[in-house]
Amino acid sequence: MQLLPLKEAIAAHVRDGARLALEGFTHLIPFAAGHEIARQGRRDLHLIRMTPDLIYDQLIGMGCASRLTFSWGGNPGVGSLHRLRDAVERDWPRPLALIEYTHAELALAYQAGASGMTCGFMPHHADTDLDQALTSSRRVASCPFTGRPLTAVPAIRPDVTILHAQQVDAAGNVLLRGIVGAAKEAAMAAERLLITVEEQVARLETDLNAVVLPSWLITAVSIVPGGAWPSYAQGYYPRDNRFYLAWDGIARERGTFTAWMERHVLGVRDHAEHLRALGVAA
Amino acid sequence: MSAGTREYTADEIMTVTASRQLANGAVCFVGIGLPSAACNLARMTHAPDLVLIYESGTVGTRPTVLPLSIGDGELAQTATAIVSLPEVFAHYLQRGRVDVGFLGAAQIDRHANLNSTVIGDYARPKIRLPGAGGAPEIATFAREVLIIMKQTPRSFVPRLDFRTSCGYLTGSGARAATGAPGSGPRAVITDFGVLRPDPDTDELTLSALYPGIGVETARAATGWPLKVAPRLEALPAPDPAELRALRALEAGTRAAQARPVRITLPAHT
Repeated sequence: MQLLPLKEAIAAHVRDGARLALEGFTHLIPFAAGHEIARQGRRDLHLIRMTPDLIYDQLIGMGCASRLTFSWGGNPGVGSLHRLRDAVERDWPRPLALIEYTHAELALAYQAGASGMTCGFMPHHADTDLDQALTSSRRVASCPFTGRPLTAVPAIRPDVTILHAQQVDAAGNVLLRGIVGAAKEAAMAAERLLITVEEQVARLETDLNAVVLPSWLITAVSIVPGGAWPSYAQGYYPRDNRFYLAWDGIARERGTFTAWMERHVLGVRDHAEHLRALGVAA
Repeated sequence: MSAGTREYTADEIMTVTASRQLANGAVCFVGIGLPSAACNLARMTHAPDLVLIYESGTVGTRPTVLPLSIGDGELAQTATAIVSLPEVFAHYLQRGRVDVGFLGAAQIDRHANLNSTVIGDYARPKIRLPGAGGAPEIATFAREVLIIMKQTPRSFVPRLDFRTSCGYLTGSGARAATGAPGSGPRAVITDFGVLRPDPDTDELTLSALYPGIGVETARAATGWPLKVAPRLEALPAPDPAELRALRALEAGTRAAQARPVRITLPAHT
């Protein structure tokens, strides 16, 4: 584990064309890292995430991605991700190929990647049109013991997984608390693991079964307070539901979206400046 | 059916009707929006021991305000347990531990199959919808499914543009033949009343109406020739206690969502 400023961690480890997973299910979404990727102008990324959320809406709208692997692409409780829709429906700002799963399948694909499996299995029952979608790579197999049908999904092994977490200790071990989603599986599946954290502490105050990622699994840690905003970090700040509601208006039109990104992401030095300019931090 | 002419809105009677379908002690896999409101209303009124599982892995959660997203901190803070996504789908849903799953969609057909993926062609859609999420698994593995959807000819369609989640497939036992563990959609709760599957053909049949709604209104809002049950049930209006509880829940939610978030950064950053 290397302790690196976020700018250096992204510059060193995220290449154009990378298979990149920014995980965190509603909670602990690594927005600061996503914004740094946009600032550094990465292109042709294969973005992987169960719920693309606002962070991938932003990267897609900025033209950073050419492929998206996902299982649910909306603004939770609000509506559409307008930039994702514009890319799929009208190729703006560039075409976006979709590789589409269900939640259980994508969680399984991460778990397979994290376990050194080539694929993961779950029970198969009725076919849906998801099986026929052109980009689907799921297959129906049969259980070698019972002959019952199984859905097989290929393992996902991201080049880089990026997470946000609450704390790193003096030895570089990282603690995640609260809703963990598929963060641990995405971390264990990846070739390289970058993590942004709220703070560094001398020692993690944890119960015995807490979700701790040992330092030797981690490529680099960057200390970025507020790094999950407008999502949240349990114990630090709540989800900014007002911003999630406001995003619908910002992202609906290309012009307002681009202006917002240029001013609030490309036009700032780092995440602290981003939060201060928006009045979220003093 | 506007608030001006009645004591309640369409959303309110849908939510109350859905909440009344939930037996105390049932384990529910909950989605955001009307399902979340219905489950929490039930928990606060007639079903205090309802177990709510949100797909974010929060199990046995008892929120005091309705979450905007499936994974708000409120759900984590009030949960009995927080598990990972592979666990919530495999150990709880797939293993058969969920009694009732709630679903909505952009389109439904007469056998209660659902589309939440695209309107138009998959490769070049007119409208790209959010996609599957956990709906196909809920539709397959929950013991039974409740669907909440507003009824319009555009959403109640003769043929889906894309089948994301299975109801009764082509009907007349086609679903049961797949060996799917769950029995399928038990009811579709709309803004006019309730549709239930015919026991022989599995075709959705109008079986209950809200006060003041006529059969022709429901028929006109359906994109296929809607069958009507021989004995149509008259559903009661929401009672004042239910409306009070629901409105208090929603007022609390609006207040929580309006609260600005402030982050304190260390001085040197």
